[in-house]
Amino acid sequence: MLNLFNSKNFKNFHDDYLYWIKIFFLTLVIFGLIISLFVSPADYLQGDTVRIMYVHVPASWLALQIFAVMGICGFISLIFKTRIFTLIAKSIAPIGFTFSLISLFTGSIWGQPTWGTFWTWDARLTSMLVLVIFYIIYISSWKIISKFHLAEKLTSIVSLIGLANLPIIKFSVEWWNTLHQPATIKFTESSSIHPTMLTPLLIMFIAFLSFSIIIFLIRFKLESLNLKINTKR
Amino acid sequence: MNNKVKKRLYFFLVSIITALIIGKFIFDSLKVNSVYFFSPTDLKNTTEIPNGVIRIGGMVKVESLKKKGNQYSFIVTDFKNEILVNYSGIKPNLFEEGQGAVVEGKLNTRTNFVATKILAKHDENYMPKEVADALKKTGNWKKNYGK
Repeated sequence: MLNLFNSKNFKNFHDDYLYWIKIFFLTLVIFGLIISLFVSPADYLQGDTVRIMYVHVPASWLALQIFAVMGICGFISLIFKTRIFTLIAKSIAPIGFTFSLISLFTGSIWGQPTWGTFWTWDARLTSMLVLVIFYIIYISSWKIISKFHLAEKLTSIVSLIGLANLPIIKFSVEWWNTLHQPATIKFTESSSIHPTMLTPLLIMFIAFLSFSIIIFLIRFKLESLNLKINTKR
Repeated sequence: MNNKVKKRLYFFLVSIITALIIGKFIFDSLKVNSVYFFSPTDLKNTTEIPNGVIRIGGMVKVESLKKKGNQYSFIVTDFKNEILVNYSGIKPNLFEEGQGAVVEGKLNTRTNFVATKILAKHDENYMPKEVADALKKTGNWKKNYGK
């Protein structure tokens, strides 16, 4: 298992499997989009606006999960000084940032017809905006700080602090009165979504996830080669 | 684990615990101050009437919505207390009787509210129209859905 975290093996993984993951992603995303845009039924209340959810929800999930991974990587690279985890966090950050932007954008175009407003300062929306800001701080500290060791430390700390925001986003709809509705898909009880709508949602989630893996593998190879060049110089 | 790793781990644990304690205090004060909307019961229980712009949330009472041009009046209820709301303007599509809503505006008296903005609240239930109709037909509607 530890062998996998050897950066050379990780890069080889990229070369061996990237092609197949790409094919997997393409089939899933085409299939998922057809189902969610044409096959799945319109909602009884929202009508066709509900189809925005099939992009909004997977993007939001991934934005949160990717930051969680970054936080854990930050912890390991701070305490155990394992460089590969720094590189993992660095290479997935832009993916999560993009997904968080997608989440905010699709959310606001859903909010206008449903709630009657593009943006409101309720707890869920505000904490999601804070997550975007954390992504911006994280990515820009890599850009601004030129010394690798210093940047490694600082970004790890940023990702650890940002970790505290994740439970706030997740539970904001339960702790406070919010305009945003509570979670539809629950781990402990049955979900309050019809199976014909749950299926495209899950397909889209797996498609987005495999897309993240593709970008991660490409970026990871790039970052590790970058590091090699910079340390040689 | 060598000594250096141990040292960093201890440092980390101590800072996490301090951060958690500070976070707890911030969180407690946020829970009081960052109310997005009040329920009619909340308003009844307050000792002084808030005079700034506030938001009230609840269910639009069935058969209370009256329309006159673009003037609307309706009752927002949380099934314990209710409040009469007046509003003039455009209403969002999902704003209906029996649905959740958040209204923004000022209190006139303790039971009369003048709204400047209406937001429709959507619940966490997603289902096709046929399913919703079937549920209504069999009488299972609003038992588990549309709380």
